[in-house]
Amino acid sequence: MAVVFKKTQGLTEKEFHYCPGCTHGIIHRITAEVLEELGVLGDTIGVAPVGCSVLAYDYFNCDMSEAAHGRAPAVATGIKRSLPDKVVFTYQGDGDLASIGTAEIVHAAHRGEKITTIFVNNAIYGMTGGQMAPTTLVGQKATTAPYGRDEALCGQPLKVSEMLATIHGAAFVERVAVDTPANVKKAKKAIKKAFECQIEGKGFAIVEVLSTCPTNWGMTPVDGIKWLQENMMPYYPLGNMRNPWEVE
Amino acid sequence: MAKVLMKGNEAVAAAAIKAGCRYFFGYPITPQNEIPEYMSKELPLIGGSFVQAESEIAAINMVYGAAGAGVRVMTSSSSPGIALKQEGISYIAGAELPCVIVNMMRGGPGLGGIQSSQSDYFQATRGGGNGDYRTLVYAPANVQELVDYTMKAFDIADYYRNPVLVLGDGMIGQMMEPVEFKEPEKMELPEKDWATTGTKGKRKPNIINSLRLDAAELEDLNIKLEAKYTEMEEKEVRYEAYKLEDAEIVFIAYGTVSRITKNAIDLLAEEGIKAGLIRPITLWPFPNKAFAEIPATAKALMSVEMSQGGQMIDDVKIANEGRLPIGFYGRSGGMVPAPKAIAEAAKEMLGGVK
Repeated sequence: MAVVFKKTQGLTEKEFHYCPGCTHGIIHRITAEVLEELGVLGDTIGVAPVGCSVLAYDYFNCDMSEAAHGRAPAVATGIKRSLPDKVVFTYQGDGDLASIGTAEIVHAAHRGEKITTIFVNNAIYGMTGGQMAPTTLVGQKATTAPYGRDEALCGQPLKVSEMLATIHGAAFVERVAVDTPANVKKAKKAIKKAFECQIEGKGFAIVEVLSTCPTNWGMTPVDGIKWLQENMMPYYPLGNMRNPWEVE
Repeated sequence: MAKVLMKGNEAVAAAAIKAGCRYFFGYPITPQNEIPEYMSKELPLIGGSFVQAESEIAAINMVYGAAGAGVRVMTSSSSPGIALKQEGISYIAGAELPCVIVNMMRGGPGLGGIQSSQSDYFQATRGGGNGDYRTLVYAPANVQELVDYTMKAFDIADYYRNPVLVLGDGMIGQMMEPVEFKEPEKMELPEKDWATTGTKGKRKPNIINSLRLDAAELEDLNIKLEAKYTEMEEKEVRYEAYKLEDAEIVFIAYGTVSRITKNAIDLLAEEGIKAGLIRPITLWPFPNKAFAEIPATAKALMSVEMSQGGQMIDDVKIANEGRLPIGFYGRSGGMVPAPKAIAEAAKEMLGGVK
């Protein structure tokens, strides 16, 4: 009988620790599948962040480095400059990338650092217990925004992909979601392109993945997906913002 | 090899390259800018890489990445910049990665000034970052030593898988002296089989990490690190004992200040006062054993530092174990002690203990 689906070699046997309904597991899997399909697992070094995906180094079946909060793009820069023939990626959440590590991601993009970033945006700090993130929506409640995010006090949520797309060195920028099977397929395609962008030496690549946090949003997994579709997607529209193949 | 006239900062950079350093990540700050400038000129010519990072924090994390990839890597800065790097230094120590960090000290606290100082002693020797860790600290007193100990620092870092600090100051960084680039003594170094260089599908993934969520596991790491630090205390202590034989007063001074103190010793000798010097070359581990060489003729010790009230003096007190009275002479803010003022302070102290 033909095998139609099997577990990717890109992940270890370790069981994920993620909460029910969280989409980190899907994003891990499609990233790992891409690395396997591109045949680069043995030449890849990943950089894990601080936050919910802090243990990503236990899950990806390739060499991994754990970075300090926000510093993954700098760590990846050090690795890539030392080993320019290897494939280097960072996997970061919104607290890590859009708050404490904004300088690092902006300047890695600015230098056109040939790395790939998977940016998981769930509009909240997950691991530390549901505090407001730079990406938290206006009106959205968080433990440090108990009355809902007030634009007058905290500003509008940061649109990271739009911001990075203005930077010349950012060769590939795309926002995707993993809310439906069709979108998961699109997300995987974008992640594959983001790695190809690096492998072909075109420059910095980032894929922002809209993700859920049912635990800290106080919802069921199904309601979480619905909330993402109804609230996050209008503010964070899906689509490609930079594509080096089109630029040519 | 013939001697060449070089500025301290350039000599550090040249020594690092000679020692096999091919990667440098830094951020400009006075008075050490000749180090990144030299690296930016030389490294691309020999297949290496220089990155001017967006901040000191990014620079030290680039060092972390490169060190994890198994290459010889260095960064340099001056006091406020080193303060920013402390987070990364703690991570590097926790992940057991080798690298070399140069601090050409300037006055503080805060933004301070740009003149020479020794006020980062606590930061360097106590571990300015969080957690239970130590970094070996070399304190060269001239440009030749700056070269020799920078080269040695790379081997020591690789041997112990630990960051090594080269602690100079604005004065030694900016002064020009003749130096010789000698082949360093060969050390037997372990393979870097822990590095993240890609598995090639031939081994299990390597993980560079300082996170230990299990308390017992973290304590195990700290116990392992302590054993390493104990080995450094046993094997890596370096110091110079100068005119100690029949000294009445023994100075303790390091780096550039030790040279000024030697001039003070000469001035005292002219007046028939016998003075000697213990010069720590490693600030951590501190040369406690040097204090066993202090002769019975000694009546007092005096710590001489470019810091207000003294920082090394705490280690002098520990090493002295309460045996002799301890005095202090220091200037701060970028002011440099004069030999005559040191000699006068010594005479006053001796007058008090007679």
